[in-house]
Amino acid sequence: MTIYLPIAEVPLDVLILLAMGGGVGFLSGMFGVGGGFLITPMLIFLGVSPAVAAATGAAIVIAPSMSSVLAHWRRRNVDLKMGGLLIAGGLVGSAASIALVGVLRRAGLLDLVVSLSYVLLLGIVGTLMLGEVIKAFRRRLSAAGAVPPARHTHFWVHGLPGKMRFPRSRLYVSALLPLGVGLFVGIMSGVMGVGGGFFLVPVMIYLIGMPTSVVVGTSLMQVIVVAANVTLLQAWSHQTVDIVLAATVMIGGLLGAPYGAQAGARLKADQLRGLMALLILGVAIQLGVGLVARPDDLYSIDINGVPEGGEPPS
Amino acid sequence: MSIRLLSLVLLVLALAGVYAPARAQPLVFDLSTHLIEITTGFSGADMLLFGATEGEGDVVVVLRGPDQETTVRRKSRVGGIWINTDEMVFTGVPAFYRVASSRPLTEISPAIRARHQLGTDYLRLAALPNADASEVAEFRAGLLRNKERRSLYASREGEVSFLGPRLFRTHVLLPANVPPGSYTAEVLLIRNNQVVAAQTTPMFVSKIGVGADVYEFAHRDAAIYGILTIFVAVLAGWGAGVIFRKA
Repeated sequence: MTIYLPIAEVPLDVLILLAMGGGVGFLSGMFGVGGGFLITPMLIFLGVSPAVAAATGAAIVIAPSMSSVLAHWRRRNVDLKMGGLLIAGGLVGSAASIALVGVLRRAGLLDLVVSLSYVLLLGIVGTLMLGEVIKAFRRRLSAAGAVPPARHTHFWVHGLPGKMRFPRSRLYVSALLPLGVGLFVGIMSGVMGVGGGFFLVPVMIYLIGMPTSVVVGTSLMQVIVVAANVTLLQAWSHQTVDIVLAATVMIGGLLGAPYGAQAGARLKADQLRGLMALLILGVAIQLGVGLVARPDDLYSIDINGVPEGGEPPS
Repeated sequence: MSIRLLSLVLLVLALAGVYAPARAQPLVFDLSTHLIEITTGFSGADMLLFGATEGEGDVVVVLRGPDQETTVRRKSRVGGIWINTDEMVFTGVPAFYRVASSRPLTEISPAIRARHQLGTDYLRLAALPNADASEVAEFRAGLLRNKERRSLYASREGEVSFLGPRLFRTHVLLPANVPPGSYTAEVLLIRNNQVVAAQTTPMFVSKIGVGADVYEFAHRDAAIYGILTIFVAVLAGWGAGVIFRKA
């Protein structure tokens, strides 16, 4: 059963969209991320133009993030002060990214920058995570009674001015740190059509030094606000948000997420992180190959300034 | 005022045609529909074009979509990755193009084909004056390939079949990604390498129903549409969170 998507202007099979949403929802429920980094590339693969895919991907991310932030909120695992600063940076960054997207598109460089951002960010995050998992695995093998690693190591970020207390995270760090991180993730979320959870979580743990318990809830809060901002600005200035497409994928995602959460609860934290790392690296490699491999056709077309979608998946 | 005048002139001409004694029209045709409705369930359409000719001749049918400005980009390898490095802008590029003929187009004189743009090779696609003349052909070929890949152009002509000596018909398959806009169907009657009659009729492809309303909403009240989308997402997420917590 196909449905003609009014903004994307392509017909897509509802069942494929639901299944895609369900699959991504399962994974996002399992790993506690929005899943935007999977949705946008998948939509492009199905023949949706990159501009619509990125804008609609941001809208889709809001729903699963909303349902899991509620659970974290009930367990009081959200650092409002840290989240507020991340959001402040994120709002500025995502607003700037919308302008950036327009400039890049006119120059014909949007696809390239989107792909490069994905490959670099996913590649770095995936590699770091996998390294961490392997280290933890080795540690367990070598000595059961080994000393746990110190949670707090001091490095350059702790020398930044404007220090602030964050009671919930039990931290005393510069306010510039969450502002800067928020700004960067905001820019990325507009360009890539992601919430940025996959990137935010490791940065909050390793760079800011937040305790793992509050990281997921706090990052989800930032993801929701930034993704909502991207959705609004894209809809307002480029009319590239497809509400029908978003709603269909969302339904699948919300149905899949609880099963993912159940499956995730049965796995150990290290196993989860290892699987997540492999998934992220897989997407990075897939997109990286696309950048390096000679395209089937060196020529592509833009209609009235917008890259033409509707190309059947090869 | 001018429209009323024009319709008056047309009426007079039509009446003159009707009352002109024993002067039959050499070519008449019509479409099974002049409005292709893109509804939520749209998955392409099959349009029938039929008509009659007076006397012998070959019939060629051209269906053209709205003209668009189209930028063709070419990738080249920079530092190991493929990047769009060159571009050329073409104007007057039909969004959609199909031709059908009762005789292979290759047997029709190039002069006629060029004048009436019969076949993708004869489409008049104008590159902007700043384009590098030596590269226009390559970019043009790239444009045609991209259009064909999306089934918006077809390099091979369809077939116009005759039922008896006068009646003809042809089918045009409009793919699911057919661009909305106003189209023209043109029919030529060719006899002894001369176009002896030509007729055109308009056709419209437009979004109808819920999809059209959504599209219009998204463009007219863009900010409200954006807020509504966010609202739907937040509500869906919140609802799912509450439901699955109870379950």
